[in-house]
Formats: sequence, C-alpha cells, structure tokens
Amino acid sequence: MAVPLVAVTNDVLNLQALIDELGRTGSGDGAITPFVGLVRDHNQGRRVEYLEYEAYETLAVRALNRIVDEARQAWTDTRVAVHHRVGRLEIGEASIIIAAASPHRAHAFAACRYTIERVKQIVPIWKHEHFAGGDVWLEGATADPDDEAARQTAYRIACA
Amino acid sequence: MRVTIRLFARLRDLAGSGELVRDVPGPATVQTVWRTLVTEMPALGEYERTMSVAVNADYSRMTAAVNEGDEVAFLPPVSGG
Repeated sequence: MAVPLVAVTNDVLNLQALIDELGRTGSGDGAITPFVGLVRDHNQGRRVEYLEYEAYETLAVRALNRIVDEARQAWTDTRVAVHHRVGRLEIGEASIIIAAASPHRAHAFAACRYTIERVKQIVPIWKHEHFAGGDVWLEGATADPDDEAARQTAYRIACA
Repeated sequence: MRVTIRLFARLRDLAGSGELVRDVPGPATVQTVWRTLVTEMPALGEYERTMSVAVNADYSRMTAAVNEGDEVAFLPPVSGG
C-alpha cells in the first residue's frame, strides 16, 4: 500500500516506510537522507517529562505540501517525504521524520535540512511542554509562508 | 454574519475553547472577527503582534474579507518539529 509523502498523524512514525516509498518510486536515485526529530529530556534548563503536540491539521498538511513543493523547486531532481506526529509523545520518541531522495547526495542532504528548517517556520504545530514542576506552550516563529527572507534563511542553512 | 473561530495552543487555553461560533457585523474582515474576540476576551490581545491568521485553513491577512460560514483561525507562533 502506498505511504503518503506528507502526513500529520497520531500514530508512531515509521521512517523505513518513508524510505521504502521513496525508493519504490525513484530508480534514478543515488541517495536518500533521513532526518528524525526526537523528544529530548531537557529544554532551556527544565527537566522535560513529556510533550503534547497540537496541530491545525488541515493547514498543517497544506503547509507541509507547500514545503515539499518548495524543496522540489530548489533541487529539481529531489523528492521529499515528511510525517509529523501529534498527541502525547514520551522522551526519546520521534516527533518528525523526513526523507529526501535524489540522484546526488548533496541535493538530498540540502532538501532534508531545508524541510526541517521550513517546518519550524511555517507549519501550524505547537509543543506543549510538560516539565518537572509545570507546563508551558513553546512559541517559536510567527508563521508567514510569504516571508521571503525567512525562506531564504532556510535555504542558506540548507546549503551551508 | 456567523463565523466559526478556531484557536490553538495557548490561545485555545486562554479562551477555554478551541472552537467558537460568533456573529460579527458585516462586511467583515479577519480584523473584525479578531476585535469581536478580544472585546469578549481581552487576555487574547497580547497575541495581536505575533500571531498568524488563516481563513478556511489557508494562511491569510488581517485585512482579508470574511464571509458567512467561514472558519477563521488565530495561530500563536509555531513550534513544530
């Protein structure tokens, strides 16, 4: 069964399924680069107990698709897949998985890095951090997909 | 006109609900909906400078027109990944 290239899900993430899906559809590829984002046990001096992720799911899927399209425009021979998990996640669990496939490893690495940087800029998902002694909503970037300077920043980081 | 308001993360916590239905005077923009909301719940006002907005699950602007039945979302700065 085909795995969707973009998803927001409550289920445990499966990186191998993403890699298999990209591999199944790209016989010209020479590299697939994975990225796995994990829930870590500390943040800004706090001892993290678990995270709850919340999404505006319809818009989150649209934003992820936009990022995948942006990556393809920047590295035209490259395909990206990305799944983001929501709900309660324990320490060490994967919150996001990305795989980028390309004939050339440089493009695959760059597209993978670009994707995670853009996710943090424009995808409407939030972390609710539960730490020893309290909880806090984490707030990062004001999401604006039309902010060209932010997009250029992600691109520069990807190519660094 | 009647619109559905969606709130997320800390905005949802502050409002006590992630989904509200409100009548706003027409012709309305996203700004009209936001003013209606902040008048009712002043604590939300601190997000005016940092939030993003969406209409019918597409990113939008405060000046965008809103129509009967639209879903208008107010989004705190994001923290996915």
